[in-house]
Amino acid sequence: MAKAWLVVGALLLAALACAKEAAPAADDPALEARMLRVAAELRCLVCQNQTIADSHAGLAEDLRRDIREQLARGATDEQVVQYMTDRYGDFIRYRPPLRGSTALLWLGPGVLLVVGLAVLVLVLRRRSRLQPDRFEPDEGDDLGDPVARP
Amino acid sequence: MKSLRFIIPLAVFVVLVGFLALGLNLDPKLVPSPLINKPAPSFALPRLDDAAKTMRRDDLLGKAWVLNVWASWCGPCRDEHPQVLALARGNYAPIVGLNYKDQRDDARGWLQQLGDPYTVSLSDSDGRTGIDWGVYGVPETFVIDKQGVIRFKHVGPLTAAVVQTRIVPLLKELNG
Repeated sequence: MAKAWLVVGALLLAALACAKEAAPAADDPALEARMLRVAAELRCLVCQNQTIADSHAGLAEDLRRDIREQLARGATDEQVVQYMTDRYGDFIRYRPPLRGSTALLWLGPGVLLVVGLAVLVLVLRRRSRLQPDRFEPDEGDDLGDPVARP
Repeated sequence: MKSLRFIIPLAVFVVLVGFLALGLNLDPKLVPSPLINKPAPSFALPRLDDAAKTMRRDDLLGKAWVLNVWASWCGPCRDEHPQVLALARGNYAPIVGLNYKDQRDDARGWLQQLGDPYTVSLSDSDGRTGIDWGVYGVPETFVIDKQGVIRFKHVGPLTAAVVQTRIVPLLKELNG
């Protein structure tokens, strides 16, 4: 019986030890989740293709600490993003606001799509008006029915 | 209409080359600082040589000064160090070192070994002042004017060219 209690005690101790180690994350899971959600919107400036939530860079860890502290103090998500933008500029945001310097970024893909579609429509309409003899014959056309060939 | 057929691809090509040339000449690692022409973020930090003494941003009002962010663990800082020493020899302005996330003893040893160009170095041991200043890599160098407004920022190791063509003329202008 004493042995069993010893085992239980050891397990409890082990659990305590684990809990202590994981303290910063387990302190408040809701806060941690919110911190990660905000950090996922922010670009790590050291390894620029990672978010601050993903990055293991020292600066990203510091910024996560900052975000965590600010949220704990009652800051809104927007206030945290503004805090970061004040220091690092729009660059830190994966979704920068629409303004003069970012207009090309936001509108460029749409403009390219429209231009591409317009060119496609123009070319197709022009081709549909051409006589068949203006086209080069397909390879195999003069070799009989292509479907019949193996 | 006929001539347009040749001009369109040419125009597209020129635009494309323009974008590519721009892309090649931009450094994607360079983050433009929103702090240029804004008041320097405040700080109150212990001095590296004497932790009991604190220095604040406002202690430096009234003169142009340079903030150089450095750390003993930072390789490029070692590369730029001769430039900082040269700038200090010119006596253009006080150079404040922001010792970023460093161990006090390591930092002191580093200065002893390589020479100390700093009027004073401040310990930013947890990197919070660095974040306030938008520091994302060491070394970084700022020039602050008499009113405490950031006028210039250089990211990465200082070169003789940056010191001579940008920093020294700016300090002369600010002090003039």
